[in-house]
Amino acid sequence: MAAKKWLFNRPMRRISELDAHIQEGLAREEAERMRQGGGEEPSDLTSEEIAALDPALFAFAEFDEQEAERVSYSNYSYWASTFQNFWRNKVARVLIISLLVVLLFAFLQPLFPGQHDPVTINNDPETGIQLMNLAPCAEYWFGTNAIGQDLWARVWAGTRVSVFIGLVVALSDLVVGVIIGMIWGYVRKVDKVMTEVYNIISNVPQTLILILVSYILRPGITTIILSMCVVGWMAMARFIRNQVVIFRDRDFNLASRCLGTSTLRIMVKNLLPQMVSVIMLQTALAIPGAIGDEVFLTYIGLGLPTSQASLGNLVEDGRVLMMQKELRYQLIFPAAVAAFITIAFYIIGNAFSDAADPKNHV
Amino acid sequence: MLGYIVKRTLGAIASLFIVITLIFLLLRMMPMEGYFGAEYDKLSEETRASLLAEKGLDKPILVQLVDFYKNLLKGDLGKSWIYRPNYPIVKILESKIPYSLKIGLISMAFSLVAGIPLGAMMACFKGKLGDKIGTAFIAIVEALPTAVLMLFVQLYFSSWFKLSLLFDKNRPSTWILPILSISLLSICTYAMWMRRYMIDNINMDYVKLARAKGVRSSRLMFRHIFKNAFVPMAQFLPGSVLSTIIGSIYVEHLYSIPGTGGLLIDVIQRQDNTMVQTLVLLYAAIGIIGMFLGDILMAVLDPRIRFVKKGDDR
Repeated sequence: MAAKKWLFNRPMRRISELDAHIQEGLAREEAERMRQGGGEEPSDLTSEEIAALDPALFAFAEFDEQEAERVSYSNYSYWASTFQNFWRNKVARVLIISLLVVLLFAFLQPLFPGQHDPVTINNDPETGIQLMNLAPCAEYWFGTNAIGQDLWARVWAGTRVSVFIGLVVALSDLVVGVIIGMIWGYVRKVDKVMTEVYNIISNVPQTLILILVSYILRPGITTIILSMCVVGWMAMARFIRNQVVIFRDRDFNLASRCLGTSTLRIMVKNLLPQMVSVIMLQTALAIPGAIGDEVFLTYIGLGLPTSQASLGNLVEDGRVLMMQKELRYQLIFPAAVAAFITIAFYIIGNAFSDAADPKNHV
Repeated sequence: MLGYIVKRTLGAIASLFIVITLIFLLLRMMPMEGYFGAEYDKLSEETRASLLAEKGLDKPILVQLVDFYKNLLKGDLGKSWIYRPNYPIVKILESKIPYSLKIGLISMAFSLVAGIPLGAMMACFKGKLGDKIGTAFIAIVEALPTAVLMLFVQLYFSSWFKLSLLFDKNRPSTWILPILSISLLSICTYAMWMRRYMIDNINMDYVKLARAKGVRSSRLMFRHIFKNAFVPMAQFLPGSVLSTIIGSIYVEHLYSIPGTGGLLIDVIQRQDNTMVQTLVLLYAAIGIIGMFLGDILMAVLDPRIRFVKKGDDR
């Protein structure tokens, strides 16, 4: 993208300072002219004379930051500024680091030594009885579930599945939503039709579409992802469409079009960078949304098959047992992981979108 | 204005028609097993065929659709298959809706009374400690998977305040938790939007003018900004009132309230197709009618909204 939007973001110089610069420049020009021989116009050299000049007379100009700064160059970069702003937010900084650690751990967990398998049913080696509902202990850190599977391993396996679903759904929302939104906003003929279609679809509660698609397709990771993707792109497309309509006919686009820029390039280079903030927010919120939807679908009986560990399934398994106080850990551990991940994504998404908004850049 | 209402009514009817047809057709695309429930494997070919014929499912799909619409116009929603075999769905709904309606209306009133002032206060003290705590609280409630939130409310509030875990229509104390759970979510939603709209309004020119004229801060907040910020909120009110008929899916199921929200989960789990179809249609219809009434209400409340050339917003 066009990274250097320096014109608008340079700190304003005070008038006197500017004036000083101009005066200095004029004086320097004057001195130059004096050195050339008292106001006489220097005559041009012929090419032979130039070739005959001694190279030792010349030296490469060295980069001087202060000097460069003086002629309106700024090393402002959009992304650097965005990350700087984001990094300044303490809560977001702490959350993103811990979120990365948790996610990295979730995906690397099977590689650590001494981990149990999430599916194996553990039996007591002496008696051969299933280790059902074992409270958290040194061997099984989160205890075992109702059929003797290791809850620690299941929680991380579930996190992997749920985060994977979230990422795929967010990515699909991003790609489908942005492409459709762009076309919808940019092409006037499509706009009318699409708006009508959107009005009809948006009338139906999204949860309902989600329920209906999952009900018809039956459980499985692919179908659950599909049903969430069917619902998810609409909000994004609508946002993008509104933004495109706002920026489409601004002067800079008009100029660009007059210069013969192709439509695709206008979309990608002129329009898309304006919407980074909105797009990032929507994408970041799609992940906790998808995790929440998965929990919801499982709760109403349309989730993944129970053999598949996912945060939704684990929460649902824990819910069944929650009335027994000593088994409550089976609800609390997966719920805590789900809560941490969703809240972290939510807050990070909001913080990043604030930081990505050029209005908040200095 | 009248023209707008007529146009909007026609639009709503059209989308209702399209959505009902789509849902009907989609549910007919389901695999056959869905129509027989758990006994599918035990039935012979002939029994299956006769069962299908009995339910009118052997006819071409378009004939079925026309039949369905004819019955719908007569107010007949068909009969339940599995939930209560051969019992009219209308009767089932009649017995369920009052519970959802009562609980829903009480919690809506409660969340309006609590949420709107909360949002307004947060906007008044923007950036102060109270606003920050409120924003964090809203973020947590919004981000948490609803199921997890509701479970924890049920689990801990019931033990802290010694309240019953399940709903009993004759004991008012058992109503508190379900109402609280439903309200918690909507209080946050109302507060969040109210705060946002008020802050949007605070930066507008008319507010600066009023301030320059010397209007007192408190009066400005409540007479000027609050009123303007409430208009977009009003758009959601009819929808919220109507959806109390549906009730809350989670809460009703969690507390075993015999309402319509819990019913949806029940019939999905038992794969009662006609019931799912009816409930989904009910939900869709309420969504569409709610949006329609919301737009009308907003137009009535705000004289600036003209609706001529509404789509032409470039």
